[in-house]
Parts: sequence; C-alpha cells; structure tokens
Amino acid sequence: MSFFSDKALKELDEIKKRYPTRRAAALPALYVAQKEFGWLSPEAIDAVARHLTLPPAVVKGTATFYSMYKHRQVGRHLIQVCTNVSCMIFGAENLLGLLEEKYGVTPGGTSPDGRFSLVIMECIGACDKAPAMLVDEDFHSDLTRNGIINILESYK
Amino acid sequence: MEYLLRNIDSPNSAEITEYEKAGGYEGLKKALKIDPKDLIELVKKSGLRGRGGAGFPTGMKWMFASADPKFPKYLVCNADEGEPGTFKDRPILEKNPHLLIEGMAISAHALKSEKGYIYLRGEYPYAKTVLEKAIAQAYKRGYLGADILGSGIKFDLSVHQGAGAYICGEETALIDSIEGRRGQPRIKPPFPVSVGLFGKPTIVNNVETLSNLPFIVEVGAEAYSKIGNPECPGNKLFCISGHVAKPGVYELPMGTTLRDIIYGHAGGIKNGKALKAVIPGGISTPVFPPDKLDCPMDFVSVPKFGSMLGSGAVIVFDETTCLVRVTWRALKFFEHESCGKCTPCREGTGWLRTVLERIENGQGRPGDVELLEDISKNIAGKTLCPLGDGAASVVMNFIKHFRGEFEGHLKGGCTFNAPEFRQA
Repeated sequence: MSFFSDKALKELDEIKKRYPTRRAAALPALYVAQKEFGWLSPEAIDAVARHLTLPPAVVKGTATFYSMYKHRQVGRHLIQVCTNVSCMIFGAENLLGLLEEKYGVTPGGTSPDGRFSLVIMECIGACDKAPAMLVDEDFHSDLTRNGIINILESYK
Repeated sequence: MEYLLRNIDSPNSAEITEYEKAGGYEGLKKALKIDPKDLIELVKKSGLRGRGGAGFPTGMKWMFASADPKFPKYLVCNADEGEPGTFKDRPILEKNPHLLIEGMAISAHALKSEKGYIYLRGEYPYAKTVLEKAIAQAYKRGYLGADILGSGIKFDLSVHQGAGAYICGEETALIDSIEGRRGQPRIKPPFPVSVGLFGKPTIVNNVETLSNLPFIVEVGAEAYSKIGNPECPGNKLFCISGHVAKPGVYELPMGTTLRDIIYGHAGGIKNGKALKAVIPGGISTPVFPPDKLDCPMDFVSVPKFGSMLGSGAVIVFDETTCLVRVTWRALKFFEHESCGKCTPCREGTGWLRTVLERIENGQGRPGDVELLEDISKNIAGKTLCPLGDGAASVVMNFIKHFRGEFEGHLKGGCTFNAPEFRQA
C-alpha cells in the first residue's frame, strides 16, 4: 500500500513528467509529501525516496538544505515574519515580542495550544510594505501593533 | 515609457485576454518568423544586459549556448529574487506573467530550446498560482507546446518552486536545486552555457531580462539601444524601500540618478528626516553616504562611484538608523544563507556576525573594528561564488564610510533608539 493518497500520486505522476531524471522531482515531491503529512517526518522522507527510487539519505540530504520545508511538526498555522533590514527598520523585531506576549510563541517554537508556530524569515520581497509576514500561504504587510493581532485572530 | 509594468494597474492584468488586448504575444508572432541566428544578432545589437545583478550582455551569453553543438538546450528563468531589498520581479510574476512567458518563448526559439523552467522562490506562493494559471492559458492559445502557433516550433515550460535558499539565486546552485540537490555553487568553468542543467547547455536569465524581449522584438534593436545609457540600454526596474515617502517599484531608464529616484520618484525622505545612507543595489552592494546621490544608476556608472547596480534594490536609511545594527542584520542573513561549501564564507560570516553582535550590545572590545576588517579581507576573493564577497564588502564599506559610528559603539554600546512599531 502506498503512503500517498490517490490524489497525491496523481500529482506526483504529473511532476515526474516535467523532468528527465527522477532526482529532479525531489523538491516538488517533498512539497507534495509535506502537504500530505503536515511535515517532513522520517516516514514522509522515506515515502518520497521510495516513490522516486532514490536512497533515503539522498532525499534527506536535499530536504534539510532548504529552510521552507517543515523539518518538525508545526502548529495549525505557520507564521513566518521577515526581520531582514527593510523590515527591521520598521520594527519587525517588536512584532516577535508581541507574539510571545499574546500567544506564547517564540521563534522556532509553537504556542502551547498548538495554534501557531513561528519562524523568522529572511527577505520575503515585500520591502516596500514592511514589516511583512506569511501566514501559511497568505501574505500580509504593513504590519502594525494592532494590525498583526487582528490578522492572526482570523486564523483559528 | 513603461513596457515592463505596462497595464499592471488593471485588475485583470494577469489574464491572457487582457494581455493580448494590449498587444501581447505580437512580439512572439514576429519573432517566430525570424531565423534563430538573426534573433540572437538582434539581441546582441540591442545591447541588453542581464538584470539579475551581474549585467552580462545577454546576446553574448545566448551566442555561447547557441554555438554549443549539444542538445537538448535548457532555458531557465531565474525568479529566485532573494537579495534583501529586492522585489522588482514580483509585479511581473504576479501581475504581468504573460510578458515573461512571451519573453521565454521568444528566447527559446532563438536558442532552439524545447524545455524551460521558471525557478520561483518558495516565498512567493501567490506568484506560483498566477504563473501556473498563465502557463495553462498560454498552452491553450498555442503560445506554448508542441507546435507554437503552427510554426512547428516546440517549447514546454513549467514552474520549479524553490524552498527558501538565497544561494539558489546563483545560477549553478539554482541548477543543482532543479536537479534535486542541495543548492551549492559549482566550480566554473565549465559554465552553464556549455555544461548546465542535466549536463546540457543551459541559459539562465533573470525575469526582468527575459521580460525585455517582447519589447526589443517589437521596436527593434536600434530603437531599444537608444533608451537610457547606450552602454547598457533599456528601462530598469528599481525597487525602493526604507525611509522614503513612497516606497515601491519604479520602471525608469537606465542611468536615472539616485537622487532622482529617491527625491523625484519615491517622494524623498519620510517625515522630513535627513538622509544618512543608501544601499543602491540590494544588501550585498557597497553602501553609499549621502554625497553619492548624483550617481547614474546603471551597470557602468555605479562601479565608478564605488558600488554596484546589483538588482536595483535601493534601501534608504534616515538619520535615526543605527548602521551597526543594519550591518549586524545583514551578516546574520549571510551567515544563515551561506551554503557551507567554502570555509572562508561558512566560518567567516559567523565570526563577523558574532563580533558585530557584541559591538551592538555594548560588549565590543578595543580592536574589534580592525578585527572585522581583517576577517572580511580573509573572505573576499577566497570563495567560489559572490556570497562571501558580498558579506565581506558589506562590512568593509559600512566601516569605510561610517567608521566613527562603529568606534562610538565600542565606548558603551548603541545609543540609537530601537525602531518603533510601524504606525498605521
């Protein structure tokens, strides 16, 4: 029995068609596995490796290089706050303190209720609307003290 | 006249029908009737230079790849804009995707490439949705696929999503990343134009570079070469952030002065404060003190003023900014993004960050500024790719122009107020 759902298997078949080698499908396949299992657990990495007939060490070696894969279990929502220079000068670091105060979440960690995980991001290309963050796949910018809380309250 | 950001204010600008209505894909129709060799000649004559940062002549790069007898040839669009301060390709990717697709189809014809990838940074999930929809539309209308507009020419295109690694903007690391590897730069030569993706001749061009092609084909090489600075002609996307009244992306002719960009277009310094420093081309490029504002912003002029055009990412700092903190944050970035392959960069960026951190926190030691310079000199020129050079040059140039501020921090730490919350 496959580790992947039928929908994911179909997606993986489409992905493999785009590349002349199996290994090249590794990055997109890891995204599929992450969506399927929530994070890249050792089992998820093995499933990708088996599916692409690659050694698990090769897939793991690739996956761990990239910071946007979830290498551990995360909360229901992932907050990624940019604190690079253009965001820093507009107080992005203050937002981190606020998130700890309000939700008990610190960079690299998850809130006690499992609602939010928080990660510090390098530049997310929204420097003209600093500070900015991604929540899951949604992009939010011009973050103020009240604004960020209002936004996060809509993520249950 | 704008040709890159044309129409992006229309709410449906990413739709193929809107794009066609504005004259879109006419350049491709015209290009398909031109022999690939002549098309490369046209691009050479236009004087187009790569917009990713290095400013290499596009036509020459194409000629190298075209001259290689190996097939297939791959065309890769570098949409991994990760240089802090850079968001210039974002409006094309999110609001004008067909301009890029048309540019890629034209390039593919010139290079006889039948397969292309757009390497899109993982931080732009919305752009992925837009691009994939636009690619599907272009296939449906016959601008992509096995027989483009009945010409017998084939070109397939797909999006390859990165996963948060700045180094993958370097072309050989980018190629490794498409191949499913850790994105670590390769030793050059061989260059990608002869041994690139899957070992085949590969052209890697930036989003903005490729997006220039429909216009070049439309107006011709001669008209194009007269825009901006004749040594590196065309319009350039400048993305301005930091303490200016109107931050954003501006499409302006190459050679527009920094002063005109900041004061003429971006509304000057916010809240009537004084200008303290400007990074002209993204965080890796040497900082300018305010007396360099007359620098024309193009690939040939900026080096004469002591910096680089880079990605055209202008970051403006007012008088309230602690530049030691800015340098520390920049080095925290380089430390995080160093791929670990070259020792001077892997170890050196961490040491620079450590020393900067203690200076900023009031624990600096006598001689720390000289120590920073010494570490920087031991990174510069000793790494495979420009990441290490960038890190070293950021530190050296901030010290060069603002040494007093670094020395001052040694006597009791930072006296600047921490940045406040943004006001709504």
